Amino acid sequence: MAVIDKTTRRHRWDTRFAPYGYVAPYFLIFGVFGLFPLLYTVWVSLQQRNLIDADAARFVWFANYAQLLADPYFWNAMGNTLSLWLLTTVPQILLALWIAQLLNRKVRTRTLFRMGVILPNITSVAAVTIIFAQLFGRDFGLINWSLGLFGAGQIDWQAGTASSHIAIAVMVVWRWSGYHALIFLASMQAIPSSLYEAATLDGANGRQQFWRITVPLLRPQIIFSTIIATTGNMRLLAEPLLFNPGAAAATGGSDRQFQTAALYLYEQGFTKYEFGYSSAIAVVLAIATVIVAGLGYFVTKRIRTE
Amino acid sequence: MTAVLERPAPVRPTGPTARARRLARRVAGPWTYAALVAVLAGSAFPVYWSFVVSSQTPDAIDTVPPVLVPGGNLFANIARVFDTTDFWLALMNSMVVSGTVTLSVVLFSTLAGFAFAKLKFRGRNLLLLLIIGTQAIPTELGIIPLYMMMAEFGWAGEIHAVIVPGLVTAFGVFFMRQYFERAIPDELLEAGRMDGCHSLRLFWHIALPAARPAAAVLGLFTFMQAWNDFFWPLVVLTPENPTVQTALSTLASGYTTDYTLVLTAATIGTVPVLAVFLLFGRQIVGGIMSGAVKG
Repeated sequence: MAVIDKTTRRHRWDTRFAPYGYVAPYFLIFGVFGLFPLLYTVWVSLQQRNLIDADAARFVWFANYAQLLADPYFWNAMGNTLSLWLLTTVPQILLALWIAQLLNRKVRTRTLFRMGVILPNITSVAAVTIIFAQLFGRDFGLINWSLGLFGAGQIDWQAGTASSHIAIAVMVVWRWSGYHALIFLASMQAIPSSLYEAATLDGANGRQQFWRITVPLLRPQIIFSTIIATTGNMRLLAEPLLFNPGAAAATGGSDRQFQTAALYLYEQGFTKYEFGYSSAIAVVLAIATVIVAGLGYFVTKRIRTE
Repeated sequence: MTAVLERPAPVRPTGPTARARRLARRVAGPWTYAALVAVLAGSAFPVYWSFVVSSQTPDAIDTVPPVLVPGGNLFANIARVFDTTDFWLALMNSMVVSGTVTLSVVLFSTLAGFAFAKLKFRGRNLLLLLIIGTQAIPTELGIIPLYMMMAEFGWAGEIHAVIVPGLVTAFGVFFMRQYFERAIPDELLEAGRMDGCHSLRLFWHIALPAARPAAAVLGLFTFMQAWNDFFWPLVVLTPENPTVQTALSTLASGYTTDYTLVLTAATIGTVPVLAVFLLFGRQIVGGIMSGAVKG
């Protein structure tokens, strides 16, 4: 009897409390190093605070935000962020859809092609940006040389607003299209082929089938990918930082022509050590990301079967 | 091939009908292959070109037309990278960071994923919802307070400042939970319980062996992500104690204008993830297609 009692007690303890022990490491570490800093950002953003002299931190209410809204560099960075968001997210989704429908055919050596499209995604963003910065070089860059074959002049990619945004967008699209393509492909494979057969009998060509059957049925994945891509593309940092490396890298070009909001956060936080001001940028950027992701959600939600 | 043979013998495929049939069966035509090869070439080109430059003499990068085939100077350039910077230290640091983070994420995610999928406890759904919710939050936005904490602990500049925040991921827990949900029948665990198994033993003897394929995929993703991580290491580490990515950043930022050297370093830094990719590419593709999302 006593033995059973002991076992039952142990069993009860096991079923009631042990599960908390199993999930505790996650919540402890995430709570301290993930959630707490995130929430504390809001508190720091209400302070005048500098790394050099932490004791001199003062509570200033919304002074950082007021300063931010009057800061032309901040608006410039937000404008660049939105421009890059549009230039990266839309082509990325469209290209991914195109690659996915290529991969969805009956293809020999399909593993090779699937691995091929995901290769850009596994390479490091730092290495790849450094490589692309050379490919986009003004005098000896391969891209200018290729364009030159078609009679184009030498483009100073880093110098202009539009050209630098295009160059950075190319890097991001290159890196992420294959990833989204594989997500789309997984769902495409679940579409019954009878749908396509019926459409073919009705005389619909490949293009019509793609836009009227495939894309509407992929709506949930397109929404998902748009949101994932938005949260990533709204905080581009490595690309603008390493596109023009050097002493003034944090400004994103000599005229801040490709400084993103995340890069401005970095400049304020870790080259000027204005922690309060930098935290205010983080908060505004987070809000902007939610708004833009919501926008992306409403646009992609409207995809319908015709 | 068998699928084709089983079909009723087709009347001679001619003109538009044949095309329509091919369309419905979705067999790739020559244009599809051409497009796929172009995509493949575009994907591989930047890394290939970086390798080409790494194997050329330093002046080859400034030539017109640009170099496109490898030369014989690879080892000389590699030697120059290690002479110019302490790239060994960077590689070692990246290995330690990625290795520790991978082991820890796989262990804690498996444990928590098991509890969420197969054990009943009060507040389970709420806690799971919390995990799913936090997955959507870009934790980089808390980078200023995180840095302040590290400075307070005296960890700034040390690699454990990079390791510790990466020890767990919401994505990992959720991913393993989804896997356990499908992979282990409840009856199996019931049976184990009847035999008086403690839940930790159930985990160790039933869940963990069953979780190996998913744990491997999670490990691959985590390793590559940790290896490639840039923003946080850049902020918290110093050029004297870098990871591969921050060492690349320092090298490219005017430490030298010798871009052959920089690209050689970029090539070396890409080799470990490339090796993982070539060995386990099939699993990585499978992981993404089964819903493994970046964390």
